[in-house]
Amino acid sequence: MTIEIERPSVGLSKVAVSETHCEKSPYFAGWRAYDENPYDELCNPSGVIQMGLAENQVSLDLVEKYLQKPADNGSTTVGFRENALFQDYHGLQAFRKAMASFMEQIRGGRAKFDPDRVVITAGATAANELLTFILADPGDAMLIPTPYYPGFDRDLRWRTGANIVPVHCDSSNDFDITPEALEAAYREAESKNIKVRGMLITNPSNPLGITIKRSTLEDILDFVTRKNIHLVSDEIFSGSAFSSEDFVSVAEIVEARNYEDSERVHIVYSLSKDLGLPGFRVGTIYSYNDKVVTTARRMSSFTLISSQTQHLLALMLSDKSFTENYIKTNRQRLKKRYQKIIDGLKGVGIECLRGNAGLFCWMNLSSLLEKPTKEQELALWKLILHEVKINISPGSSCHCSEPGWFRVCFANMSEQTLEVALRRIHEFMDRRNNVKSFDVYSSDQLFSS
Amino acid sequence: MLSRKATCKSHGEDSSYFLGWQEYEKNPHDPVRNPSGIIQLGLAENQLSFDLLESWIARNQEPTGFMKKGGSIFRELALFQDYRGMPVFKKELAEYMAAIRQDRVRFDPNNIVLTAGATSANEALMFCLAEAGEAFLVPTPYYPGFDRDLKWRTGVEIVPIQSSSVNNFRIIPSALEEAYQHAQKLHLKVKGLFITNPSNPLGTTLSIHELDHLINFAIDKNIHIVSDEIYSGTVFDSPRFISIMEAIKKKHLENTAIWSRVHIVSSLSKDFGLPGFRIGMIYFNSKTLIAAATKMSSFGLVSSQSQFLLSKILGDKKFTRNYIMENRNRLKNRRKTLVSGLQKYGIRCLDNNAGLFCWIDMRCLLTSYTFEAEMELWRRIIFEYGLNISPGSSFHCPEPGWFRICFSNMSEETLDLAVRRIKALMDSSSPNAC
Repeated sequence: MTIEIERPSVGLSKVAVSETHCEKSPYFAGWRAYDENPYDELCNPSGVIQMGLAENQVSLDLVEKYLQKPADNGSTTVGFRENALFQDYHGLQAFRKAMASFMEQIRGGRAKFDPDRVVITAGATAANELLTFILADPGDAMLIPTPYYPGFDRDLRWRTGANIVPVHCDSSNDFDITPEALEAAYREAESKNIKVRGMLITNPSNPLGITIKRSTLEDILDFVTRKNIHLVSDEIFSGSAFSSEDFVSVAEIVEARNYEDSERVHIVYSLSKDLGLPGFRVGTIYSYNDKVVTTARRMSSFTLISSQTQHLLALMLSDKSFTENYIKTNRQRLKKRYQKIIDGLKGVGIECLRGNAGLFCWMNLSSLLEKPTKEQELALWKLILHEVKINISPGSSCHCSEPGWFRVCFANMSEQTLEVALRRIHEFMDRRNNVKSFDVYSSDQLFSS
Repeated sequence: MLSRKATCKSHGEDSSYFLGWQEYEKNPHDPVRNPSGIIQLGLAENQLSFDLLESWIARNQEPTGFMKKGGSIFRELALFQDYRGMPVFKKELAEYMAAIRQDRVRFDPNNIVLTAGATSANEALMFCLAEAGEAFLVPTPYYPGFDRDLKWRTGVEIVPIQSSSVNNFRIIPSALEEAYQHAQKLHLKVKGLFITNPSNPLGTTLSIHELDHLINFAIDKNIHIVSDEIYSGTVFDSPRFISIMEAIKKKHLENTAIWSRVHIVSSLSKDFGLPGFRIGMIYFNSKTLIAAATKMSSFGLVSSQSQFLLSKILGDKKFTRNYIMENRNRLKNRRKTLVSGLQKYGIRCLDNNAGLFCWIDMRCLLTSYTFEAEMELWRRIIFEYGLNISPGSSFHCPEPGWFRICFSNMSEETLDLAVRRIKALMDSSSPNAC
């Protein structure tokens, strides 16, 4: 994870020419392969199916229907002038209220959110970078449990100059975050003379597709309190947990502790995943720390949400009958999709981590590796990309310490496309099994996870 | 517990520029509910031509309802997060930029990087062009927001290029050289010039001579030029606006090194009066910078909803050309109203052909020729006369006594009231003062 610095060209900064934007990672390389040959049911049925993009299209019809209702869709001329002028970094009050209420609903009313603590940002990408600017000085570090979303390497490090120190998790306990792993990561930073300023968790986890257990969250909060550091909980997939009860937000733990030590806790949220609206750039930071709220607000000048979009969504999100129905239906549809892909993969002997949230599953292909190495994993990834023509994300791009795991997205396509993808995987595994049955490997190994 | 950036004052909000807004927020003028409240003359917003936009929207309901020929575009917009921006929007933006430069410069849509407002663009440029501790030279007086936008999170320094009322605050070669030497003395490596053209707060456009000086200087010192042209659509009088790009082309420098070191910032916040929609952009000739800034724009993308609406508005060429013309006329007339009112009561305004404000000379009202006296006057004007105008010191003006007064963010009646209050201020001052 070193930041490569070249000699700046034409008087550009190191930031401009460094590779810390991380776009050479296979995570993004697969997207390019897809862009060059995208699957289309009619026009390009043999193209690459994109399963490396964590987008939620399964419930977009509900949002679309709501926003196209003739009654005030939020863009009437009456509000136009005031709306067009509104650039207050506090954000539209109606929008903040609506976001706070939506976040409460997602948590089944088990946590309260104060609209005055909601800070708006153009997406969670901006929120995570902004928080890092506030919590860490250049050279300082944030701890992040592995595997984690590849974008963090850019969002937390690129312009901020901060470092990431991984908290290693593995499949022996379903990638749970243990107190030992936390301490080990902290010691590792100390040994390198790196000051740890905070920890970033994603809950539900990307790429694992699981919610973090309550007891683990308690351990994490105890740990950050002991070390006197911050905790950022990116809860961007909170509305994508398959059942409301499965998801425990750090907000619930904070309230259960009567807000003791809460000034170190900050939550990031966005509408890009749960509502499937990444194009509208709607992110928020929720902080229990007044100084962080004030500073984040000032910094949000660099990344405000379009007032046109705030106005549109304020109306929708404050319509409780819509949001209740949406949240429930979205959970059901995601669960159904998840079950479909899990069953499909199981049918060819592929196991996944038992997931309960998110737009993807965490698939174990370690048995297909000749050797348990990163290189073998990447070779397999390339093979799947070019032979099976599906783009999935290799675990190494998510900093997983165990080779052979892959993240497979299932919500960014139609059900038909998912079926095509499963068929291709089926055929791939059949071919492999036929080849292998003449090979030295025993057939037992083929079906082990 | 928090970073140095979080605890320092580089957010700039303690400046009198923002303090004046705070006083206004506590006691805002409203013709019906609070007629004696403070009139906001410190906000550079264009509210004069909304009716034109509003009637366009009333005639074109489809884009706001996520519809286009052939059906709904909702899904496409909802999912569109490509940091390269919407091609059709960038095409229209490129053509609009050319139109307000009388088509003397053409812009390639592929060279445009979209950002959430010019605020975001200016900061991103600093991240791309300079390291923490390096410097940009900025002519005074300059927009107070630059202290935050260029310096806060980037760690870049601003070294002012001094100016003088003696020559109407024009940029002269000796001032450029002095600023550069001053930076050297402070051990600051200068990476570029940062100009605003048309100028905020002066409201004047740079002459071809000034542009030539700047270009020659940047070539000589091997540095960048960032030209914030956010007010280019508000030029309402002669001399005509000359963009830095036009000046470079006039000197036939397209195939030289300086070509890739010239960058333009713009936005739809001022001419179109849409600051809320956060539509900003950077224009580069350098492919390396286009690539770097595009990736960086992930931290401040423009909402696809807004990109789509504006692509439709700007795509209506008849409407846009009429808007540009009508907007200019209204700004010109509004300025005339203000200036003639002020002149009647003995206040001189800098002769300006652009912008949403006037730069006025209140030196005669100072009790002493000091910045303390300027602040004293500013407080008097806010608290005794209910006017928030912006003191020159907040713009780093080298001389005390100058103020910026905005004229396009209120109704004509409110502006008349403001002028009457200024009369009251002048009446209460010494008769020989001005």
